[in-house]
Amino acid sequence: MTESTQSTGLAAPKLRLGGADGWGYAPAPESTDHVELRDRYGLFIDGDFTDAADGRTFETANPATEEKIADVALASDADVDAAVAAARRAYEEVWSQLPPRERGKYVYRIARVLQERGRELAITESLDGGKPIRESRDVDIPLAAAHFFYYAGWADKLDYAFPGRGARPLGVAGQVIPWNFPLLMAAWKIAPAIAAGNTVVLKPAETTPLTALKLAEIIREAGLPPGVVNIVTGAGETGAAVVQHPDVDKVAFTGSTEVGKLIRRALAGSGKHYTLELGGKAANLVFEDAAVDQAVEGIVNGIFFNQGHVCCAGSRLLVQESVADEVISKLKDRMETLIVGDPLDKNTDIGAINSRAQLDKIEEYLEIGEAEGAAPFQTSCPVPERGYWCRPTLFLRASQSHRVVQEEIFGPVLAVQTFRTVDEGIAMANNTPYGLSGGVWSDKGAKAFRVTSRIRAGVLWANTYNKFDPTAPFGGYKESGIGREGGLAGLHFYLQPEAAA
Amino acid sequence: MQSSTATASFESPPIDTVGVEERVARLCSRSIKKDAKLHALHLTLSMIDLTTLEGADSEGKVRQLCAKALQLHAALPDLPHVAAVCVYPALVGVARRALEGSGINVASVATSFPAGQAPIEIKLLEVRKAVEAGADEVDMVISRGRFLAGDFAYTADEIASVKEACGEAHLKVILETGELGTLDAVRRASDLAMRSGADFIKTSTGKIKPAATMPVVLVMLEAIRDHYLRTGEKIGMKPAGGISTAKDAIRHLVMVRETLGQDWLDPDLYRFGASSLANDVLRQIVKQGSGIYQSFDDFSL
Repeated sequence: MTESTQSTGLAAPKLRLGGADGWGYAPAPESTDHVELRDRYGLFIDGDFTDAADGRTFETANPATEEKIADVALASDADVDAAVAAARRAYEEVWSQLPPRERGKYVYRIARVLQERGRELAITESLDGGKPIRESRDVDIPLAAAHFFYYAGWADKLDYAFPGRGARPLGVAGQVIPWNFPLLMAAWKIAPAIAAGNTVVLKPAETTPLTALKLAEIIREAGLPPGVVNIVTGAGETGAAVVQHPDVDKVAFTGSTEVGKLIRRALAGSGKHYTLELGGKAANLVFEDAAVDQAVEGIVNGIFFNQGHVCCAGSRLLVQESVADEVISKLKDRMETLIVGDPLDKNTDIGAINSRAQLDKIEEYLEIGEAEGAAPFQTSCPVPERGYWCRPTLFLRASQSHRVVQEEIFGPVLAVQTFRTVDEGIAMANNTPYGLSGGVWSDKGAKAFRVTSRIRAGVLWANTYNKFDPTAPFGGYKESGIGREGGLAGLHFYLQPEAAA
Repeated sequence: MQSSTATASFESPPIDTVGVEERVARLCSRSIKKDAKLHALHLTLSMIDLTTLEGADSEGKVRQLCAKALQLHAALPDLPHVAAVCVYPALVGVARRALEGSGINVASVATSFPAGQAPIEIKLLEVRKAVEAGADEVDMVISRGRFLAGDFAYTADEIASVKEACGEAHLKVILETGELGTLDAVRRASDLAMRSGADFIKTSTGKIKPAATMPVVLVMLEAIRDHYLRTGEKIGMKPAGGISTAKDAIRHLVMVRETLGQDWLDPDLYRFGASSLANDVLRQIVKQGSGIYQSFDDFSL
């Protein structure tokens, strides 16, 4: 029995997926009625919202429409100074004096209010950052709450978490977070810091300040003592002021490797503690014995989740040659069903690129990849006229020497390569300056464990991808950073390292 | 027999259950509103195999069912008609006479439905009798015992023999997935059935739970897709059992659309085996027009 259609002279079978013909989905936008957004947002210092000392502001816009949402106070050195002073005062006079159990209660309270206001926060996140509501609703906000719940539980159990160490906090933490998971990153930073007894000055990213400012409202609603959490908005200069402030004891940064290097240089010799969570270029290895359809789904989740604005994105697909044609063909079919568009539409799979600057960077890499000789593939999905959009993209026949394989693009762009043997696959996976994450797809359990143990990265997934949990440590090898966040390891980096005297 | 060689040279791909469940959850998050919903509701009606399979089925009950198939809801004259009426072999003649000239097919279960525990000669005779009495479609059950015992060649031969006995009638092969235990087995049985002559593959008899769960249906749809991409042959799909609401049906259509594409959104390639689904769909259609849900008593049995 011949399986081939080539001999019959018929056209190759093709699925009619996605596209406009036939039955499509009508728009299903999430209502924004009950979300209150102000025209103007101030800095959150010492429990109050205030304008910047010099009155300067910047605009935050909706990347899906390019329309301004609000004016936000731009913190200068003087504002950062005030915020650090408030944090120091709160640390010395209140927070470090509280019985740990009381501290825990406050953190639990934040978690509960976050949940209660979940829908409003999800909508705000999608408006300000462009991510699809399906993700902000189902991933970002629930996970942010989960982090507060998780670390609240540790607040009065630090001596059990780190026996014999006499767990003591570090003091004032200066935290700078990126725009890809604005509220979630704020939770990752604030929850372990305050649960461990530190106070915080947090600087959200300039393109996505709104959910952090809503978190400030929630923190006030939860009745936290003034100054325990301070939020200063602004761009790189504000961040630099937070990081370099002499009265900050600990710096926690999530962002680009480029800025991470600057921070590490700036901190040299300062005696400050620091954790850096930086870029990545993770390999997703698909072996010939993988469950192909589920692997394809994992590849899609790996690179197209949050428009590919994910430091641990599976941005390199390494697929074994014997199954490469099938995997790539199925991946293309699956990509045709992805819907790019209005982040507030419940059916949107890929929302808006976070900013014009980021879109420019992605488009530059699309040109670089083509010039280097990789073969681009983009889906036929329509995109809106206004706003910043990028169709899901593959670079087929990419090579280890290509910049699109070596450098972090931070967009919905997947470099596709093939390998022949297990050893070759592992060697390619490790041949990168980064080491944040990776994925392995095989139906053989022993192989999955053996391969994951040989990939030099902080987070490895087997037969799944982009799974996050507050109990699991997250962080990188090599240029992907230093230190860990999440789990007990994350708590450890907010405590004095030495044993009790 | 050719079917035996076909299966000997073939291995079904592994299925990762966790991955399938996650894919299903994501598909279920699609939100179908307004025109898209109305279109899906009409499509669902046109795909229904209106079914009665009870020991107590009588000629009167079957005539009732056929009348319902011919006129789903008098207040809505422009509705599509259902795809088929599905009955036991003994009542095929009754259904045939009631539906003559309507464009609605008569489907008959056969092969000692639902257990399939009868000698093959008797099963084949039952199939021939059903077709003689006027069945356009035959819904057979596979011998799950032999399949679970690893006798795949027997299963393949059994399906091929029934296909032969069907003659012109379309063959739907019921895998009874609720008895197969794993998604790997569902995939293997699907592949086996398609390679042995099935025109449709069907989840369940409706007598065993679980029946047409979404993970099971997704795995079967993926098997159909792979078979099509390999051979160019379009096999149909029929989930049966447990799909009783319009919401469930629409979720299935979303899954079909995103797995097999538009070509399968057609009663020739997709059916719902259901007894109570039609009225919930009708109720939703009325509601889309009026904004108000009506009582179930406003719809005929």
